[in-house]
Amino acid sequence: MSRTRTQIGNLARRSVLRTLRQPSYVIPPLVFPTLLVTVNAAGLRPSTLLHGFPTHSFLAFALAVPFVQGALFSTMNAGTELARDIQSGFLNRLALTPMRGSALLLGHVAGVMVLGFVQSVFYVCYALVVGVRFQTGAAGAFVILVLASLIAAAFGMLGAFLALRTGSGESIQATFPFLFVFLFISSMNTPRNLIAVHWFRLAATVNPVSYLIEGVRSLIISGWDGQALGLAFAVAAAIGAASVGLAAWALAGRLART
Amino acid sequence: MRGAGLRSYRSVALGVAWRTAHNALTTPNIVIPTLAFPFFFFTAFAGGLSQLERLPGFHFAQGYTAFQFVFVTLQAAAFGGVFTGFGIARDFEHGFARRLLLAAPNRSAVVVGYALAAVARWALVAALLTAVAFAVGMQVGGGGVELPGLYGLAILLNCAALLWSTGVAMRLRTIQAGPAMQMPVFLALFFAPVYVPLPLLSGWIHAVARVNPVTYLLEAGRSFVSGGTVHAGVAFGAAAALACLFAVWALRGLRRAEAAGA
Repeated sequence: MSRTRTQIGNLARRSVLRTLRQPSYVIPPLVFPTLLVTVNAAGLRPSTLLHGFPTHSFLAFALAVPFVQGALFSTMNAGTELARDIQSGFLNRLALTPMRGSALLLGHVAGVMVLGFVQSVFYVCYALVVGVRFQTGAAGAFVILVLASLIAAAFGMLGAFLALRTGSGESIQATFPFLFVFLFISSMNTPRNLIAVHWFRLAATVNPVSYLIEGVRSLIISGWDGQALGLAFAVAAAIGAASVGLAAWALAGRLART
Repeated sequence: MRGAGLRSYRSVALGVAWRTAHNALTTPNIVIPTLAFPFFFFTAFAGGLSQLERLPGFHFAQGYTAFQFVFVTLQAAAFGGVFTGFGIARDFEHGFARRLLLAAPNRSAVVVGYALAAVARWALVAALLTAVAFAVGMQVGGGGVELPGLYGLAILLNCAALLWSTGVAMRLRTIQAGPAMQMPVFLALFFAPVYVPLPLLSGWIHAVARVNPVTYLLEAGRSFVSGGTVHAGVAFGAAAALACLFAVWALRGLRRAEAAGA
């Protein structure tokens, strides 16, 4: 057990250091979502005039989006890094050692979780700087950090699965537009009950990303909402569990081929 | 330039254009984002934000789908230019651009070739986008004869964005210059009245949008879709001025690349 822990620790350390040493992995997930939310919040401020809009500040409403968008970047980063390990032969060399498959996956995802946590702290600080006050206070901010780290880990594991299946960094990059669909066809810009187009409202309702966004959003603008939070944690856990299963299956196949 | 010189110039421009367009349209990693992103934006904006047309002061008779169609068409044009710029940077990184510059008697033909490819790339997206927009019931005012005005603006914007990206690519000569090409274009597009008309914006975004040339392109484009010609002269003037300005930027970048022995 302690040997597995050591393996996880070593791989996690490598994953974290490798990520933090590459500005192109750290800076865009911090800058791009905050830039997008700033621009969108300014352009969509008139939305708050719609009857039934839940807050007078569109920035507070939209602030949940960077947390989930940052997690989407985790998918890309985690997948690209693991794909690079496959392409460079590092995974083949690891396969010759007594390393456990679970240690590889957990070590890999630990790096993603650390980055997800750092991103979330940055977004919370950004919110405070631009004057957004969390309805749930400091405790709510802490829950957001936990939830965002869980979401990052879930999507990071999804990235690991894609990398193990394709073995190509370029293929991981090519999946980015498809991941973006889930963000755009969600309640990111409008509460679901105010979406006027029926098919879009339906798509947003079946899209799990809507529930992740609404969970984070509830802590910022509504207060403690057990249903929204429960759904967000459940969806994140379900995506994580499914991704772990898929990644473990793909890893077994990848190691068998070596 | 006449006779053999003109033939040689045309040959280089068309050769570069064909190669660039062929790469862009047959490489899945390039063609998928090229086609997918405009449709994502169109779907997300026209579908997810259509309730904004109920806002007091929102007057656009053709509906929110047409309102957003104009933005997405112009956005696709601008990003078509930027994405072609990525290809130029990649050509430099892989050493192909060096061989290209050595082989071309008149090197500005290389830039013209890239520009032709960018327009071809945008034309494909615009054709599909227009077909989808009409299929989902987009309304167009007037006799529809004003619509080509929107496409004319989009082509000028496409060339301006391509020339901007070319200038950056030829100075930095690495694909890592991608954000430097993309971010200013992204900001210029989104610091305009994207979601609601200009009078409904307030605060800093209203002040920025008022001096942003893209605002005039959007307003003229939306007017074309309504069958009008509001701000048409200003919009074409602004788009042509941007294209000329960035043509100088691109050609000076070409000289830098030549001087660097790229």
